[in-house]
Amino acid sequence: MGTSVLYEVKTERGVFCMLLLLYLCCSGGKCELQESQPAQPSNRPTVKPFNNEPQAFPEEERASLPVFTMDYPRIQVPFEFTLWILLASFAKIGFHIYHKITIWIPESCLLIVIGLIVGGIMHTVKEEPPTALSSNAFFLYMLPPIVLDSGYFMPTRPFFENCGTVLWYAVVGTLWNSIGIGLSLFAICQFEVFGLQDINLAENLLFAAIISAVDPVAALNVFEDMGVNEQIYIVIFGEGLFNDAVTVALYSMFSFLADMPVVESTDVFLGVARFFVVAFGGVFFGLVFGFVAAFTTRFTHNVRQIEPLFIFMYSYLAYLVAECFAISSVLAIITCAITMKYYVEENVSQRSCTTIRHVVKMLATVSETLIFFFLGVITVTVEHEWNWAYILFTLVFAFFWRIIGILVLTQIINPFRTIQFKYKDQFGLAYGGLRGAICFALAFTLPDSINRKDLFVTGSIAIIICTVFIQGISIRPIVEYMNIRKTNKDKQTINVEVHTRVMEHIICGVEDLCGQWSHYYWKDKFKKFNDRVLRRILVRDHRAESSIVSLYKKLELQNAIDLLDTPIGDLSAAPSIISLQDEKKEASRPKKKFMAAEVRNMHDILSKNMYKIRQKTMAYTNKYNLPDESRTREILIRRHASIRRTVRAGSFRDPPERNIPRSQKYYSLQPGGDLEAAFALRRRSHGSGSGDVDHLSAHVQFAGASARSSSRSLVPMRRLNTIEEIKNPAEQPAVSVHPPPRSNGEDALNKTGPGSLGGSSLRGRRGPVPAPRRSSSDWVEEDANDSEDTGERVDPPQLPPPRGWVPENQDPGENGAGNALIRQSPHRSMRF
Amino acid sequence: MGSNSSSMNNIPNAEQLVQETGFSAAHILRLYERFQFLDKDDTGQLRPEDFGAVRELAMNPIGDRIISAFFSPGQETLDFASFVRVLAHFRPADSNRTRDGAQPEPANSSMRKLKFAFQLYDQDRDGKISRAELLQVLRAMLGMQVTEEQLQSIAERAIQEADFDQDDAISFDEFRKSLEKVNIDHKMSIRFLS
Repeated sequence: MGTSVLYEVKTERGVFCMLLLLYLCCSGGKCELQESQPAQPSNRPTVKPFNNEPQAFPEEERASLPVFTMDYPRIQVPFEFTLWILLASFAKIGFHIYHKITIWIPESCLLIVIGLIVGGIMHTVKEEPPTALSSNAFFLYMLPPIVLDSGYFMPTRPFFENCGTVLWYAVVGTLWNSIGIGLSLFAICQFEVFGLQDINLAENLLFAAIISAVDPVAALNVFEDMGVNEQIYIVIFGEGLFNDAVTVALYSMFSFLADMPVVESTDVFLGVARFFVVAFGGVFFGLVFGFVAAFTTRFTHNVRQIEPLFIFMYSYLAYLVAECFAISSVLAIITCAITMKYYVEENVSQRSCTTIRHVVKMLATVSETLIFFFLGVITVTVEHEWNWAYILFTLVFAFFWRIIGILVLTQIINPFRTIQFKYKDQFGLAYGGLRGAICFALAFTLPDSINRKDLFVTGSIAIIICTVFIQGISIRPIVEYMNIRKTNKDKQTINVEVHTRVMEHIICGVEDLCGQWSHYYWKDKFKKFNDRVLRRILVRDHRAESSIVSLYKKLELQNAIDLLDTPIGDLSAAPSIISLQDEKKEASRPKKKFMAAEVRNMHDILSKNMYKIRQKTMAYTNKYNLPDESRTREILIRRHASIRRTVRAGSFRDPPERNIPRSQKYYSLQPGGDLEAAFALRRRSHGSGSGDVDHLSAHVQFAGASARSSSRSLVPMRRLNTIEEIKNPAEQPAVSVHPPPRSNGEDALNKTGPGSLGGSSLRGRRGPVPAPRRSSSDWVEEDANDSEDTGERVDPPQLPPPRGWVPENQDPGENGAGNALIRQSPHRSMRF
Repeated sequence: MGSNSSSMNNIPNAEQLVQETGFSAAHILRLYERFQFLDKDDTGQLRPEDFGAVRELAMNPIGDRIISAFFSPGQETLDFASFVRVLAHFRPADSNRTRDGAQPEPANSSMRKLKFAFQLYDQDRDGKISRAELLQVLRAMLGMQVTEEQLQSIAERAIQEADFDQDDAISFDEFRKSLEKVNIDHKMSIRFLS
């Protein structure tokens, strides 16, 4: 708690700073700004004529040369905007210092509270609310990042498997909510007691549409933490995503209707037609731009620096074009993101991919943070129109229709689902329906022509605050208490694991036998089409690969990057010591009794190696964080650990010559001739980055077999020997199984390694060379060293390089060093 | 509609099958179409080779076991009624449908489902999963990726876990106990298309 107080002080100070700045330099500037802004457009036409004839105009300016000037109005808007963002970001830092707060209180609550505080301060000093949140600013700048984020990080597979349900809840549910709430509110307005007769039906519907936008961030966070089952998760996620689209469509429709003096029945039909045009048009534009984006990235391998840009530009373009035609821009950008993601991520380099993900997340977080923050500020600073009846009934109806809607819709959809929603799940779905940023922004950007706009804004804010605070805070305890069906995460027995897999295989086989694939049928169809047509067009290297292989690639890659990202120091010496202790411990174990670690090991083996059936994979996303890589990393680390254990521990000991093939099996690159080909390709294109897939597989192997990961994994004991060997190569030329001939550059590096730390790390990284290896791994080793080399030389300030990742556009000098290493390898591979 | 009823008439004892298995007529019809599709030489009987012709099934690691589960021992062929009866195991449990006393345990009860899975292991049908049988299945599922030693220790461990009466094999009761926490109905059900 102390930290939060401290942090509040911090933000307040930030605000004061800002206000101070505002007051010091621009209390007059404000008026100037208002004058100058309208003046600007008129300025230009007037200046041009002047250009032809010399004027006295410049002379006046030159009256005296100012030594120090300040032109605050010129920078005012971006400056304030930056300050706002900074302030909001500080807030985020603030509540992540004390992490437990965000577990119990959703971040959105905290942001609103901060906003309220800031707003209070601004109110007391009579400061205007931020101008940034106009209708245009919201729709053009703040909404796109949020939806892009949701679209880009949507767990595609579970989504498509639950596609029907998601759309059902999102579209029908939203319609249900808005129409239900709208009509009931309209009924309320008929009572004279409340003094609301001037609100007509269209306006009520408009308001209802606004407040039926569900923003389930808080619910998602809770569900994710608790491992609530995938089905519910994806339904809530998808609902939140698509009902934004529906809501925006409804919003534009109703606001149009609300403007019309008389609504005729044909208008209603037109409205319905328009709804479909809006929706499908959005999807269409999204698809078009998505494919174009994918196609473009096919050719960006020489301009890696701007690769990520294409993603953003195209999705933004999709958004803008859709907006231009007044069709659902939200749907457009979502579809665009979903469409291109798959292809783009194969085309762009890993670094660009990381950049894209980070930037998408960053933008989304910033704009969402800002919206919640502004929500707080606006709540205090704006004029409210408070009507008890209207607002109370809004709350009641919102809850009521949400619950009824979920119940009814679930009853309808359940017969079509393989796994049906139970009442608990339905409660989870209903209770997860918080209102959030979109709702507020839509309300705030209502056109002024609506005469009760203030009331609508107040109502929206009320419902947001109520749901976010009450439901958001209480959802965790409630879900925990109710014990909503979770994915089975508790420690299973080997039996369960084996038998369930057998059962899954049975089901799979019987389904095949019956010739029905449920939704897999269409998936297969699409996959074929995808492999045959789309990939050929859109992906540079369009060799289709099985999803398992690609998953492995991804994991290995991720692990490689992560391991390389971690500082050298703690990885160098420590692991070997640990592994030594490990070794001792495990050696001293009785053989027959299975230790927990060994059981886990078995689990690992089982879960990693059992043939995958067509099983859903968890692909959770957290709206505030990048997709959880820790889990995949943990899988990997555990797997490495398991390999290590396998290599050593008693009952799992293998004859050493078996290590290699078995560890090789993880590698996604096919052994043998294929590799040679890959290698040749790589050599040709080294530095140009066009052999990206080879990079990829190289690094996959690298990750699996060598580098620091190997200090935990493959042959640490032997590596210790290697160190000896390296230190005095003259003494034991024959003993060493295969001390690889090392290139000069590497040797030099080794000698000049910065102190013991660098040296040991290097040695640690030397990896599994000594083991008898096939050419493939040897080559990987090569690559590892190579990249290490470049990594070593790259200046530290170049922040993002995941080290060990061969910089694609390096200057030739670096390549020279790399090639020196590479040149060795054909020999080596021949030797083995 | 007309074609439906007429083909329904083609199916031998359709009514009885509907009663017995709990499939709807539409299900039966669809399954019959599938049956005919699999039955390449129109004998009205399926042979294991017919099953093997299903490509996906051939790729299923335990596909041959699944196939053999359809054939009762000694029998080389399978008629439609038995085909449907086996498939009835995978019907989702119906909660609302009350069964009359004539059939105390429908094929889609979780017990029968479990039994089906159990028999996939228990190839010699002695009511026990021996270590060797478990190993076979494991080998089939883990493939070449794991060494024999690991397989053996996994099998060892699995038997240790489940084996309460120390006979070094897993009986059906033990099998059921070890899967107590698993929602069998969920795991072993297919939503049959109709």
